[in-house]
Amino acid sequence: MKYGLYPGCSLNGTGIEYGLSTKAVAQKLGIDFVEIPDWNCCGASSAHNRNHLLSVALPARNLALAEQHGIDQIAVPCAACYQRMKAAEVALRDEATRQEVGEVIEMNVEGKSRTRALVEVFANDLDADFLSSVVVRPLSGLKVASYYGCLLVKPAQVAIDSPENPMIMDKLMAALGATPVEWSYKTECCGGSLAITRPEASLGMTANVLKYAKLAGADCIVTPCPLCTSNLDMRQKAAEGLLGMELGLPIYYFTELMGVALGLEMSQLGLTKHFVEATSLLKNSPAAQ
Amino acid sequence: MKRIGVFVCHCGSNIANTVHCEKVAQVAKDFPGVVLSTDYKYMCSEPGQVMIQEAIREHNLDGYVVAACSPRMHEPTFRKCAARAGMNPYMVEQVNIREQCSWVHADKEKGTEKSIDLLRMGVAKVVKNEPLYSTTIPVTKRSLVIGGGIAGIQAALDIANAGYPVTLLDREHTIGGRMAQVDKTFPTLDCSACILTPKMVEAAQHPNIELMTYAEVEAVDGFVGNFDVTIRKKARYVDFDKCTGCGACTEKCPKKVPSEFEMELGVRKAIYTPFPQAVPNKPIIDANHCRYLLDGKCGICKKVCPTGAVDYEQKDELIMERFGAIVVATGFEQFDISAYEEYGAGKIPDVITGLHLERLMNASGPTAGKIKRPSDGKVPEKIVFVKCVGSRDEAKGRPYCSKACCMYVAKHATLLKEKMPNSKSYIFYMDVRTPGKNYEEFYARTQNEYDAQYIRGRVSKIFQVGDKLIVRGEDSLLGRPVEIEADLVVLAAGMDPRSDAKDLARTLGISYDQHGWFTEAHPKLQPVETHTAGIYLAGACQGPKDIPDSVAQASAAAVKAAGLLSKPELTSEAMTALCDEAICSGCGLCQSICPYKSIEIKSVNERYHGQMRQRRVSNVNQGLCQGCGACTVACPSGAMNLKGFTNDQILAEVDALCQR
Repeated sequence: MKYGLYPGCSLNGTGIEYGLSTKAVAQKLGIDFVEIPDWNCCGASSAHNRNHLLSVALPARNLALAEQHGIDQIAVPCAACYQRMKAAEVALRDEATRQEVGEVIEMNVEGKSRTRALVEVFANDLDADFLSSVVVRPLSGLKVASYYGCLLVKPAQVAIDSPENPMIMDKLMAALGATPVEWSYKTECCGGSLAITRPEASLGMTANVLKYAKLAGADCIVTPCPLCTSNLDMRQKAAEGLLGMELGLPIYYFTELMGVALGLEMSQLGLTKHFVEATSLLKNSPAAQ
Repeated sequence: MKRIGVFVCHCGSNIANTVHCEKVAQVAKDFPGVVLSTDYKYMCSEPGQVMIQEAIREHNLDGYVVAACSPRMHEPTFRKCAARAGMNPYMVEQVNIREQCSWVHADKEKGTEKSIDLLRMGVAKVVKNEPLYSTTIPVTKRSLVIGGGIAGIQAALDIANAGYPVTLLDREHTIGGRMAQVDKTFPTLDCSACILTPKMVEAAQHPNIELMTYAEVEAVDGFVGNFDVTIRKKARYVDFDKCTGCGACTEKCPKKVPSEFEMELGVRKAIYTPFPQAVPNKPIIDANHCRYLLDGKCGICKKVCPTGAVDYEQKDELIMERFGAIVVATGFEQFDISAYEEYGAGKIPDVITGLHLERLMNASGPTAGKIKRPSDGKVPEKIVFVKCVGSRDEAKGRPYCSKACCMYVAKHATLLKEKMPNSKSYIFYMDVRTPGKNYEEFYARTQNEYDAQYIRGRVSKIFQVGDKLIVRGEDSLLGRPVEIEADLVVLAAGMDPRSDAKDLARTLGISYDQHGWFTEAHPKLQPVETHTAGIYLAGACQGPKDIPDSVAQASAAAVKAAGLLSKPELTSEAMTALCDEAICSGCGLCQSICPYKSIEIKSVNERYHGQMRQRRVSNVNQGLCQGCGACTVACPSGAMNLKGFTNDQILAEVDALCQR
């Protein structure tokens, strides 16, 4: 299988584990990811607050580049990048917008390449039998709360799954042998975009996500979003203080758990780079033995 | 040339504000055939009609055109007006310069111009009108009521009491409908069964009512006064002539099935009566669950039946009956709450609907009237109601108000407090709508005396933590979010049309709106009639309704049906199709397209080059034809003509428009 890859800024920075594990898992599964040459910022979190045209033009240039290189499907790991790229793809279906944006980026853009969230690619495109055949260390006994965040499921035009109760990551986790828990905070906002500007408001929201995952009996949280991960992981200590309860919930990218199940080394997947210690749960789980 | 009169109506200011009526009348004087053209403030008024009648006599008119409102409004008036002056009523044409001109345009000059065009067409057409005559057809003095809920029962009783035989049909094997599931009724809190069952028994015992339960309408042919209805009587596998209703079979049946009547909160057997007061009170076998019918094993009910009434060989039976009038009273379905994933609806067992709560409250329900929540049987203390679930929600495709929920929630809150004085009800609402007699007073009492707390706002999320349900919403009066830890959540699910309502509508030839509610002929002035003559609507199949409204509409529909049946005969349509046999090629297209089955192909003998030969041509039964005109459009050779709308007349109109 061949896909374009739009890594975005976080996969080499705050979300380096996501970048490492995505690369390792793709290699192991024989998926060919071709990074879009000369890609630029998707504009997430700031452009669409300032200027609508800019917010479409930035990702549109990436789409245009993908087209030039004959890439039909672009896998986008970061949820924020995915949302901006998909929003541009939808906006470009309009003839007038296509023309206007084409003039701004000085490139011809047809809007032919399809933007797909990485989690969607792994959850929907991999054959179930193939996946179970390559799982060497099933995650048996690991209770995971699948946390999708807000960006992948809303609004309806860009949603990869049901906005209220998405299931694709739960199903992927079950295919790896883990036990997804039933919980109600799958798509609640983590407060991501307020983390810098209004940390006190953001922390309450982050803390609630963590609290209800814990109450649902999860051992850990799995996400497809670098922003959610940094909030839940980096601020977990502060959230524990706010809630007055101990959490101890490792926050994994779904690619990290895939990597573990496929038998890859933890350090190779970036699992040693977490704020909340993330390796012992996997070492101690029955899966490791 | 015929002598034609033209009468232009002002309709007060309705037309005159956007059309120069005097000018229109003036211009029409020069149209071919017009010998008199005048205008008047209200042509439909008595002086207006007298004016027309005098003109007919004075100017010896052959026909006239009235430019006024829609023919839907006053065509009968102006036809009768002609008849009173001795003119054939079909020598009148009505040109619509109100709905199709003045009401939809603002520019007076252009409105006048358009009125003149419309009138020119009308005059060109009336010149080609021929006198038409209607005949009479007999009326079958029997009525069919489809649906045996409270609306159907009421309609059947009223028609029967007026002296006409009624067949009351229900697809379930008991009558009673939704009201039978309800525990108490607002605003009086009298027991639903106590007021319903006497009516059920009365209907069953009425000499003019034939109960036909477990039966469905398969096909409807014919037309007003003479509908030929094909009914499927579904196999019950119990011979009702032999069954005494002793109940031995139900007791011994080993197969338990979630009871539909109990909203699946309780169980029934595979051979069962849905509830103790069912009418008829004899069991049937549910073929989808019966062990014997599914895999030939068991047969216990047959063994224990003392009268040998169980008959596994019974088959569906099709019967055809003729009725003069049909009342449709098929009711509603409760909205399927699983569409609200954010409320955990359909997943969290303690998030239930209003009908579930009715069954939990009912003394003969699955908990014998004790409020126990479905998950663990615990008695709830904090109960949250969420209103407008599946109503007034564009996102769920239900923009309409379901009308009964505000009141049934108030009723539930009152009854819960009475049953459990320590309980507390919280009610999330958008608006509280109580437009009914004593409704507002009831709502006030719920708040003031029964301690129900009304919170104005929508609920955004319901989820389970431990054995509590966290209800998160907004109090839009305080302007802040609220969170309630509840033991039980009741969603006030709205009303949906029956999922197969559209199929029935097509079978009956009646119309329905975008949601599937049956459409009345006029929202204000013909609320129980349909656009199909002889078919009437009662109850919630026409739109959400509570019990008093359903009963009122049922009685109204009954009066319409009885009024129709009381006529000695009906006047047949005069504007019917006619086949020109000289042109007809006998292709039969018209026959297959005719919705009233009024066209037959017959053979005619004719002389052709000195020899006799036989040819096939269409023949329209003038009694059956309803003048819909479908055949005239289908006819490839133009042999089929609709009297009053002949090809010649329509072409004359087109010509007139082109000659302006």
